[in-house]
Amino acid sequence: MILRYTFQRLLMLIPVSFSISVVIFMIVYLLPGDPIDNLLRVGSSAEDRAELVARYGLDRSLFVQYFVWIGNMFRGEFGDAIVLRRPVADLVAQNLPYSLTLGGLAFLFSSTVGMALGTISAIVRQPVLDRLMRGFILLGSTVPGFWLALLLILFFSVNLGWFPVSGAGGWQALVLPVLTIGFGGVALVARVTRVALLDAQREDFVTLLHAKGLSSGTILFRHLMPHALLPVVTILALRIGWILGGAVTVEFVFGRPGLGSLLIRALGQRDYPVVQACLLMLALAVMLGTLIGDVAQAAMDPRIREKKS
Amino acid sequence: MLSVRDLGVAFGMVQPLSGVSFSVGKGETLGIVGESGSGKSLTAMSVMGLLPLSGGRITGGTVEFDGQDLTKLPERAYRKLRGGRIGLITQNPMTSLDPLKKIGPQVDDVAKLHLGLDAAAARARTEEILGTLRIPEPALICDRYPHQMSGGMKQRIVIAMALTADPDVLIADEPTTALDVTVQAQIIRLLDDLVKDRDLALVLITHDMSVVAQTCDKVVVMYAGRAVEHGPVEAIFDHPRHPYTQALIGCIPRGLVEAKRLTGIEGTVPTVVNYPDGCPFHPRCPRAQAVCATEPPAFSVAGDSAAACHFAEVAHAEPA
Ligand SMILES: Nc1ncnc2c1ncn2[C@@H]1O[C@H](COP(=O)(O)OP(=O)(O)OP(=O)(O)O)[C@@H](O)[C@H]1O
Ligand code: SF4
Ligand SMILES: [Mg+2]
Repeated sequence: MILRYTFQRLLMLIPVSFSISVVIFMIVYLLPGDPIDNLLRVGSSAEDRAELVARYGLDRSLFVQYFVWIGNMFRGEFGDAIVLRRPVADLVAQNLPYSLTLGGLAFLFSSTVGMALGTISAIVRQPVLDRLMRGFILLGSTVPGFWLALLLILFFSVNLGWFPVSGAGGWQALVLPVLTIGFGGVALVARVTRVALLDAQREDFVTLLHAKGLSSGTILFRHLMPHALLPVVTILALRIGWILGGAVTVEFVFGRPGLGSLLIRALGQRDYPVVQACLLMLALAVMLGTLIGDVAQAAMDPRIREKKS
Repeated sequence: MLSVRDLGVAFGMVQPLSGVSFSVGKGETLGIVGESGSGKSLTAMSVMGLLPLSGGRITGGTVEFDGQDLTKLPERAYRKLRGGRIGLITQNPMTSLDPLKKIGPQVDDVAKLHLGLDAAAARARTEEILGTLRIPEPALICDRYPHQMSGGMKQRIVIAMALTADPDVLIADEPTTALDVTVQAQIIRLLDDLVKDRDLALVLITHDMSVVAQTCDKVVVMYAGRAVEHGPVEAIFDHPRHPYTQALIGCIPRGLVEAKRLTGIEGTVPTVVNYPDGCPFHPRCPRAQAVCATEPPAFSVAGDSAAACHFAEVAHAEPA
């Protein structure tokens, strides 16, 4: 049943991916500036320019360009970067692992720490702890990532010298970026976990669980947590996109290689094929995240499984 | 078997329950009746030791079960009783099972906890109990989720959970209120049979005086967090001595009665914060005198029954 459900969701992604591909393709044309300008040496003639435009197929109609592009995407041919003069596929392959590591760790960090904090704050009814928790949650959901990154760098790297200011060498270089991206996630997940647990505690069936003679601990872990997990999974799945978005600025601030840095550099140079490939990867990750979230929900909740399949 | 004496309950500063007493023995059914908000569920929760869940506490009185006072029982020992020797059935079967878990495991828990059975033996016990409750195809039901079953079926599952460990006392808090009329009758009959077959002591909480008349041996009438009259069912129905009880019984000829919509008496049950002084019933009582507004009435005993009313005898002399 869950397989059929997954398959259905996958089918639904086809029209979505199509519209996203159109949007990504169009965004690039709305950007000001022209990559050809970057390629032309000073004093080049109009003929030089025309030749370059023809080489990259920029003289054909938008419509044709789109289909050429999407066709190439399907065959896994991302083309060559205009400015960097290398296969786009190579660039992506080179940068993707950095982003995946960073995003994966940030995801792990925000889900585990967030759920732990949320659970603690839900079961320990202590005014002081509660106040602290809420403060943290508020802070976490309002502080912008790049600002936090700069603060962390100032304190831990510049003042204390514990972690490198920038770069990608060793685990130390990962600590601050992961903290930066994960921080907002921790607060969000903690809040959702807390609210979901408190809601679950109020459900009628909890009274009956106690009436069976189960201990509070058993009830928490076997019955309440699964209920709390439902909204947490939803939020985490949506968070995948956010984390990648966060990676874009954070990689840049910390001078780390990765899809985000690549994207920003390519944007600066109006390197269309690279920008398109990066955006496509990000969109793909977001769609995949949503898919995983939906499937996980269906796996956990028999009611959803039945309603949608 | 179970004997509650002068029970009082408080949430912080408010005291929604006080002076509630009753007792049930094996093979006996005690009915607790009263309008919504009269403290019936609080009484049930007190006996189960589950008041802390909603932030309440027992402020006075005793809950004696099998010779020990449960109000002084440590939580660990209480857990052995809950679901083991005292079973609970709640009002709304639609929400009383965990929607994410299959039926089987939810019932198995009881046998594992209280009978010390392993998974396979617990499942066998579950299927046996479902069978005795006349639930068709127990093995199939065990593999279902709660949302795939009707309300009546779910209530049977809840009853099965309460019975798995062969308890001495069963507390049923409005077990049929949320069900269809035909299913209501089935469930009530089922409970009635169980009391006879298993020598259970049943505390049946209900709105419905006609159910009390059919199934109960004894009855406690509650009003505004107090027991206002108690005694054997025949005595109470033949000679109700408290004006409130009279009004409740006066409602019966109007067909299927729900005290929830008590048409015989003007006004509504006061909320906890404005329980009146004196007799809690006096603002609505057709017999109220000046003394009723100031002096809380003591129980006046007549035979096996007792009524908390200054003019209980008068009430007896001229039934409403
Ligand atoms: N958690 C709580 N905090 C404060 N007051 C409460 C709480 N729970 C119940 N009460 C009060 O106790 C009184 C009795 O409630 P209870 O649920 O026992 O009524 P009931 O007789 O079971 O009514 P119903 O027929 O509607 O189930 C009500 O007036 C209610 O306001
Ligand atoms: S004590 Fe007075 S007010 Fe209360 S029930 Fe009796 S007559 Fe009515
Ligand atoms: Mg109730």
